[in-house]
Amino acid sequence: MVSETSGHRSQSGIAHKAKVEAVNLSFYYGGSKAAIKNVSLAIPEKQITALIGPSGCGKTTLLRCFNRMHDLYDNNRYEGKILLDSTVNLISTKIDPIEVRMRVGMVFQRPNPFPKSIYENVAYGLRIRGESRRRVIDQKVEQSLQQAALWNEVKDRLNDQAYDLSGGQQQRLCIARALATDPELILFDEPTSALDPIATANVEQLMLQLKDKVTMLVVTHSMQQAARISDYTAFMYLGELVEFDQTSKIFSAPAQEKTRDYIGGRFG
Amino acid sequence: MNAQPSPPTSDLEYRWGRNFQEKAIEAMLFLAAFLAVAVTASIMVILVTESVGLFQTVSIVEFLTGTEWAPMFEPPTYGILPLVCGTLMTSLIALIVAIPMGTLSAMYLSEFASLRAREWIKPSLEILAGIPTVVYGYFALLFVTPLLQKILPSLPGFNMLSPGIVMGIMIIPLVASISEDAMRSVPRELREGSYAAGATRFQTALKVVFPAAISGISSSYILSVSRAVGETMIVAIAAGLQPIITFNPLEPAATITAFIVQVSLGDLPHGSTAYQTIFAAGLVLALMTLVFNIFGHFLSKRYRENY
Repeated sequence: MVSETSGHRSQSGIAHKAKVEAVNLSFYYGGSKAAIKNVSLAIPEKQITALIGPSGCGKTTLLRCFNRMHDLYDNNRYEGKILLDSTVNLISTKIDPIEVRMRVGMVFQRPNPFPKSIYENVAYGLRIRGESRRRVIDQKVEQSLQQAALWNEVKDRLNDQAYDLSGGQQQRLCIARALATDPELILFDEPTSALDPIATANVEQLMLQLKDKVTMLVVTHSMQQAARISDYTAFMYLGELVEFDQTSKIFSAPAQEKTRDYIGGRFG
Repeated sequence: MNAQPSPPTSDLEYRWGRNFQEKAIEAMLFLAAFLAVAVTASIMVILVTESVGLFQTVSIVEFLTGTEWAPMFEPPTYGILPLVCGTLMTSLIALIVAIPMGTLSAMYLSEFASLRAREWIKPSLEILAGIPTVVYGYFALLFVTPLLQKILPSLPGFNMLSPGIVMGIMIIPLVASISEDAMRSVPRELREGSYAAGATRFQTALKVVFPAAISGISSSYILSVSRAVGETMIVAIAAGLQPIITFNPLEPAATITAFIVQVSLGDLPHGSTAYQTIFAAGLVLALMTLVFNIFGHFLSKRYRENY
């Protein structure tokens, strides 16, 4: 630790096997200016890892590399590797981004249920994977809504429009939608920033419950949220990874001065 | 505390100038909106008053249910059904062409096309919309009909199929452009939600974007129905002007609009019964469009998505 100058690999307390690992990852929105600069970061399996940092530091950009969302828009370019289970490079040009997204779920900043019924929202991922057996879908929809702690609220109105739900319920529905296809990793892009405190608490509790099933990576603006729910925290600044460690360590004894300043509220 | 009530401070008072300006602008905007309503209303009034004369000679029931239309012959018959049938048939053919083609073009432009492809295709579609209908009419008569006759040798020179298809081509840009706008205004988060679930472009377009935009898309369909029902020149030139009831698109027919053109080109004495049929036919046309519009509004409200 002491001998390290950059802190990029200050993974002293990382006791868990990596589910996905960014290796010297850089990302460009066209042009030559990197939005993500040479980031190396191992996301521990079945843990919650938080990405924190000031606005524009690249945390959402980094998050969206893990399911190749950047491929949707022209001129975006990755460099380096993202290894899944230490073997497959997800950003290799040979890898189909659709296959990646089949295994990596995502929950967005604002709840974005589809203009369909509650049931069809959860069934969406199964349907596009070609599942048509009613019994299988029924079962999976119920299971996912249970896991998302929404079942009891919606079980009698599964055919209602998803827009009839409250914002917090919509976000849990989006989590259920992501869970329905058994992803190995779920990406959360500031999942509670559009929610009130009670709905936020529900979503946070839900994430904690899901920890033993799935690996989670969450971008958050709220340091309190990172402290409450995450096991590991990565602090980013200007497209670089400044420090990554156990959350308790980042918040009590950060190794980098930049991290200390940010946690202490001196900028950001 | 104050002995005398203090006057309100002058800079918080209503400003007469600004108030007047606002009111004047509001009145102008109202007039602009009112003009459209007034014109529609006066057209309806003229249609009704002019056709009242006809209904003194011919009963409304006979007019609406009669199967023979020969107002200029002796003895005259006034059954509008053949014209209604011709109108519906040619419109149906047009919609069968325009709705799928227009929707698919919209989907391509909104969800698949690269920036460069859009730059080429959109203006080309808009040119299609700018061609005068009389040109389309002769295009149907002199190009499409002979072409169809190569496949169907028994096809008469005047028929409903050819103008129907050409009318459909004419309507494609209308459907495409309104539907494309509707699809493009679907929020990006919805699309990304679908992609993030592992969907392909086509699955996203079909299962998320299309249903989310259905309200706007269906209004393009309603507009295209009105456009098809009201289209005049193409059918007048290429459909044959023969008022017969037939559901065979290979046969000639007359539409309401084509009849109006045909009759008004001759020298009809003002006030004669044949003259009044123009207005009665026009009234039927207006009511048909109205019914389609109301039906369409009902549909699009029913399926409105409030994302």
